[in-house]
Amino acid sequence: MEAIWEGLVEAFRLIGRGDGELFSIAGRSLLVSGSATALAMLVGVPLGYLLGRARFPARTLILAAVGTGMGMPPVVAGLVIWLLLVRSGPFGGFELIYTKQAMVIAQFLIATPLVIAFTAASIQALPPRLPDLLAVLGAGKLRTLWLLAREARLGLLAAVMAGFGAVVSEVGASMAVGGNLAGDTRVLTTAIVTETSRADTERAIAYGLVLLAMAFAIVAVLTVVQQRSPR
Amino acid sequence: MPLARPLLAMALVGLLVFAAGCDGSGDDPGTIILATTTSTHDSGLLEELVPRFEARTGITVKVIAVGTGAALRMAGEGNVDAVLVHAPEAEAPYIASGDLVSGRLVMTNDFVIVGPPDDPAAAAAAPDLPAALAAIASGGRFVSRGDDSGTHKRELALWAGAGIDAGALPREETGQGMGATLTIASERGAYTLTDRATYLALRDVLDLAVLVEGDATLLNVYRIHVVNPDKHDEVAAEQAEAFAAFLLEPETQARIGRFRAEEFGRSLFTPAVQTPVGGG
Repeated sequence: MEAIWEGLVEAFRLIGRGDGELFSIAGRSLLVSGSATALAMLVGVPLGYLLGRARFPARTLILAAVGTGMGMPPVVAGLVIWLLLVRSGPFGGFELIYTKQAMVIAQFLIATPLVIAFTAASIQALPPRLPDLLAVLGAGKLRTLWLLAREARLGLLAAVMAGFGAVVSEVGASMAVGGNLAGDTRVLTTAIVTETSRADTERAIAYGLVLLAMAFAIVAVLTVVQQRSPR
Repeated sequence: MPLARPLLAMALVGLLVFAAGCDGSGDDPGTIILATTTSTHDSGLLEELVPRFEARTGITVKVIAVGTGAALRMAGEGNVDAVLVHAPEAEAPYIASGDLVSGRLVMTNDFVIVGPPDDPAAAAAAPDLPAALAAIASGGRFVSRGDDSGTHKRELALWAGAGIDAGALPREETGQGMGATLTIASERGAYTLTDRATYLALRDVLDLAVLVEGDATLLNVYRIHVVNPDKHDEVAAEQAEAFAAFLLEPETQARIGRFRAEEFGRSLFTPAVQTPVGGG
């Protein structure tokens, strides 16, 4: 018990005095996971929209595949991307292994199924005749899409939160494809692993607290946006 | 409205960040990937040495901490430029196949058997290492790395050397690095084999004492090998050679000898220049 308290006190001291390493690692987590989530939205929202609206034979199968992707352990995504990007792999020539870009790709792979599923569910929850109605009211195709996205924003924000939450907290994929390089690809989760194995519990706790605080701050902002606007 | 613009902005930033790292500028002095063991990583040694090399040469060194077995496999597939490893028997086939060239002795330390301070199996009282292992086999619990690392390979060799069938023992395998394995052994009141550096680094948080040490078969030898560029063309052999040479420079060697020595009252690693074992 004492060790936990001492760890917490020391952790707050690290945060309080603005420890440089702590903040650069936290910033890197934000950058990598933020980029991955943003790219996942870019790809996942249109796909989710299609799956939510369109009706075609393989739709149920694809939805099931997406659902499976949501449950994919990050470390499996990491293994797949590692095999693809490593020098002897098919995309080894790009020299992306052990870079932040590789981490973004792996996290993108983890976040995209979540984004697709949340988007599809929120689009499907809209009144089915809404697009026709909007068309009758004279809205063009793009305008219709835009209005639908507005109506589905609760679900879309949930997609951002789910995607970001999943990737910022995963460790397996980041470790495998990023390599946990100090000052380069070490993010909060992999730093926690390193400091734990070095028995620097205070630092590990401090990183854990910052990770929680970061996730909380981002989800809080999104929740405020989500709940604020009148329907 | 509150949604789309920030999202687009985020996506743009994402793409930019992504693109930023994908350039291949011309005069780049280069990057090497060094696969090494968890012991050199967890002790913090490479994080002390590598920045000095990078500052001087401009070459970036990406240090990937894996077990020796994994490091060697990566070398065999040309996925890394150099390896710093500590399992001579496992290194030999890669040297024979020509995947690894110009192996050089960098430093040594030793393996020790640690266990509960009250030593329920009376391993410390045994006359020699095989007898100590036999005592642990019959009267104690043993936690193994089980991760194909250099330490794991050595552990298996020691059981075999003592004529004990490791597979028949009630051994538990953690599949994790040395730090995690020591913690598990400590929590479970078990014995384990560890390199001295990792044990010393974690000693304060472990309820484990050094019980068996000093046997000639417990010597732990770290060598650096460069991956053969004639077999794997992506290998940055020149830069990897430079790094290997850097590790053997007198100043670096002295630094290895001093590394955290004050903190622990003894050196974690003995530099090659002072070691009784022959190089190469």
